[in-house]
Amino acid sequence: MHSNVNDWLNEHGDYLYRFALARLKDTHQAEDAVQETMLAAIKHNSFAGDSSVRTWLTGILKHKVVDMQRKLIREQPISDLIDLDAGEESMDDFFDKTGHWLDKPQSFDMPDHALEQSQFLSVLDACMQKLPKKLKAIFMLRDVHEMENENICKELDITPTNAWVMLYRARMVLRKCLEMNWVKG
Amino acid sequence: MMTCKQASKLISQSLDRPLSWSELMQLKLHLMICDACSRFKKQLNLLRVALQNIRTNMENNSAITLPLAAKARIIDQIESDQQSQ
Repeated sequence: MHSNVNDWLNEHGDYLYRFALARLKDTHQAEDAVQETMLAAIKHNSFAGDSSVRTWLTGILKHKVVDMQRKLIREQPISDLIDLDAGEESMDDFFDKTGHWLDKPQSFDMPDHALEQSQFLSVLDACMQKLPKKLKAIFMLRDVHEMENENICKELDITPTNAWVMLYRARMVLRKCLEMNWVKG
Repeated sequence: MMTCKQASKLISQSLDRPLSWSELMQLKLHLMICDACSRFKKQLNLLRVALQNIRTNMENNSAITLPLAAKARIIDQIESDQQSQ
């Protein structure tokens, strides 16, 4: 049976690893996710044959990646995840009392070339690292893993309003950080 | 008239939930006369597209490979798992 795993790893291992790495951003976690996927694939052997092997394995991996992200969140105390300050007041560094922008957003351009993209990625990564833990966690789930809001709320035990406010705050901080650190278009 | 603060909040929420008809209308009106909020909207869209692009690029980047040591470890793990069953 394990000759299957050999073939799968040889043909799809690199792709699966990159898929996991693009979402988990950690080489060890990405390796673990591939391992979990292989274990699950061989245990259940649910390959139906109506899709490619790669699609089937990627489907399993997707679940594993989200599971690992959830686990990371569960390891933090829940009080640490709910941003109690994330009310309207928390936007005071961006707006004046009458609701006008303190600094008007500038335009920035999408990086086109591979080199520019990797520079953009490192700026974006650095900006994400600066986010408070809880904001980073919810932003990753929503905008990087594209998890449904409903599931995020269930997972974090917060209300949709909580989630919207936190995502608003995270995006606001990130786009400001990009504006300051990425070359303007 | 909606403030920039309110408009930016709705722009962000439009990524997470469908806006109501009246929210959409008010936001549209605001965006027609406010360059700053229009740029904010563009920034959030770019942020989203950039994250998707970066992901796709990494998925297709054949220079990134599963380390051989990891491959060997996975095979070991599965073999010992099956022996213990």
